Amino acid sequence: MSALPAHDALLSLRGLTTVFPTRHGEVRAADGVDLDVRPGECLGVVGESGSGKTVTFLSVLDLVRRPGRIEAGTIVFDGRDLRRLPPEALRAIRGRDIAMTMQDALTALNPAFTVGAQIAEVLEAHGRATGRSALDRAVQLLEQVGVPDPARRVGVYPHQLSGGLRQRAMIAAALACQPRLLIADEPTTALDVTIQAQVLDLIADMRQRLGMSVVLITHDLGIVAERCDRVVVMYAGQVVESGPTRQVIGAPAHPYTAGLLASMPRLNQTRAAIRPIEGQIPDPARLPPGCRFEPRCPRRRSECLQPVPMRDIVRAERAFGARAVRCVLAGAAP
Amino acid sequence: MTPLKLAERILQLVPVLLGIAVIAFVMMALTPGDPVEIMLGDARSTPEQRDALRHDMGLDRPPLERFFVFLGNALSGDFGLSFFHRRPVMDVILERVPATVELTLAALFIALATAIPLGVLAAVRRNGWLDRAATIGSLLGVSLPGFWFGILLIMLFAVHLQVLPVSGRIGFGQEVPPVTRLLLIDSLIAGRLDSFAAALRHLIMPALTLGLAMGAILMRVTRTAMVEALAQDYIVFAEAKGLSRARILGRHALKNALIPTVTVAAIETGSLLGGNMIVETVFGWPGLGRLVVEAIFARNYPLVQAAVLLYAATYVMLNFAADLLYTALNPRVRL
Ligand SMILES: Nc1ncnc2c1ncn2[C@@H]1O[C@H](COP(=O)(O)OP(=O)(O)O)[C@@H](O)[C@H]1O
Ligand SMILES: [Mg+2]
Repeated sequence: MSALPAHDALLSLRGLTTVFPTRHGEVRAADGVDLDVRPGECLGVVGESGSGKTVTFLSVLDLVRRPGRIEAGTIVFDGRDLRRLPPEALRAIRGRDIAMTMQDALTALNPAFTVGAQIAEVLEAHGRATGRSALDRAVQLLEQVGVPDPARRVGVYPHQLSGGLRQRAMIAAALACQPRLLIADEPTTALDVTIQAQVLDLIADMRQRLGMSVVLITHDLGIVAERCDRVVVMYAGQVVESGPTRQVIGAPAHPYTAGLLASMPRLNQTRAAIRPIEGQIPDPARLPPGCRFEPRCPRRRSECLQPVPMRDIVRAERAFGARAVRCVLAGAAP
Repeated sequence: MTPLKLAERILQLVPVLLGIAVIAFVMMALTPGDPVEIMLGDARSTPEQRDALRHDMGLDRPPLERFFVFLGNALSGDFGLSFFHRRPVMDVILERVPATVELTLAALFIALATAIPLGVLAAVRRNGWLDRAATIGSLLGVSLPGFWFGILLIMLFAVHLQVLPVSGRIGFGQEVPPVTRLLLIDSLIAGRLDSFAAALRHLIMPALTLGLAMGAILMRVTRTAMVEALAQDYIVFAEAKGLSRARILGRHALKNALIPTVTVAAIETGSLLGGNMIVETVFGWPGLGRLVVEAIFARNYPLVQAAVLLYAATYVMLNFAADLLYTALNPRVRL
């Protein structure tokens, strides 16, 4: 991947580094993250809990809580470097051009306001509608995201909705201004298995209708396999592998990706028994000096004790097909 | 809240008030000193006269019977005659209510007007200089006794600078016809700006003394609740929606933070409505608190007893009102 932002990408991150000071020193929750989101595509961002997925995309909107801060990197959206924008200009982009949904709609929606008010205020904040007409629009939006009886639902409080409908209401608020990019942070983790597919269908449907790009954050490679054009695999704050979903899942280049795959019941039918990856992700304050996966890696060798850069392994004509991996074994026979 | 639930809540108040009536009565019965001896003790009275008075006041009856008579009378609003004033206790008490209500409302206004903005700012600029200053200020406000600050105000503004009156509610010749019996309002109704200014000048020091002490508590409550609200996910989502900072602080965070603030304010108001004995005495404020102090020194038991019952009833009712407010602010709770 080039060190320069991709000119054909809608969102392009280069070297994004976000740190949190802690008692045990500074934690780099996102450490030099490079990734591109192309117009209209669905990009999967996958990794175990704590790998820095949420922090990376909160950084995009400059919503990292203090004392956390973005230390380095560029965030280019539609040709503009978001880190150089004045706060008001960035605020105008949030919710209008880039929307984000949170992992749990129960805590992301304010318990003290009705669902309708929380949708309508997005329209008001961006000057799309006010008062009565904003509420009418909220009813339409609820209907669009598949909430039955929207005229009544617009006036209820979040706790009065089921988990699935709450998730839909949050998506309605995020999509109110028809953004060009939706960042969906673990949209199904808080949901019953039975309704997970429905919510993913809704996101896919809205992506089609609005022609928007979607970043689908998940820890489930199965969801990525079914829903995403391309995938970025994160481990301990770094991108360790990226490429078209088919290729990455068909032939993972990083042992971590292979490990995730082997631990997936649905994707693992042809292989042997389901094997979870042994060990745990490293303590972010005491990262291994070389490859961060080295302590858990079944194929580690001495070179792995040195820092490993991200390397292109398939340089495609169009960057869309490019694959990159952060592993010394890349290209070598397994 | 449905009418049925409301009725249920009001019915629940009955045993509470009954219990307080028992305590009020037992308290009176256990207080050392025989009211008859106090009333006639230094007079040259005969034993027959004392027995007659004792009989008159019903004190020769067994305690249990006296309690039910007291309860029966109290239920019909009759608390007997004030020993000192020779008038029905209730009349004497009700006369003093407007002064206490006016002082309480002024104190509540001062408390909310200082506590909410300061609490919000302290939470937003957590650990900044304003937060630290407000923390120290509220610590002093909570821990220093109310009369200390009151006396300090008197020394400064009444004695040293001589710009404010030491005691009372309004000056001679500045009285206005009673309508609401709240002097600030009545003087405006009467179109008497001189009376309004006089009433305000009398009110300001006791109201500050009570209001800042209450504001100190409410500031802490608001700050804590605001810090908690600002840490919630719904704030991040509100920011991700592109809402303005003002809307996020003033609506999303504050509406949740106000739930504890309003609840505590209602309870604090309840205790002020009983009349603050110390502050009313220090400032010679003719309210309920000072009346009760006078009644205690005069061993005016019927009045003290009625006041205790009234205090308790007010307090219970305000707690109830706090619950209602809490429900109104917090849609998750349906009583
Ligand atoms: N508020 C915070 N304070 C300190 N460290 C944090 C904070 N938020 C996140 N982190 C660090 O960032 C890491 C990645 O967090 P996150 O992005 O939420 O992971 P993911 O979304 O992939 O599960 C965490 O493991 C933690 O070390
Ligand atoms: Mg996360």
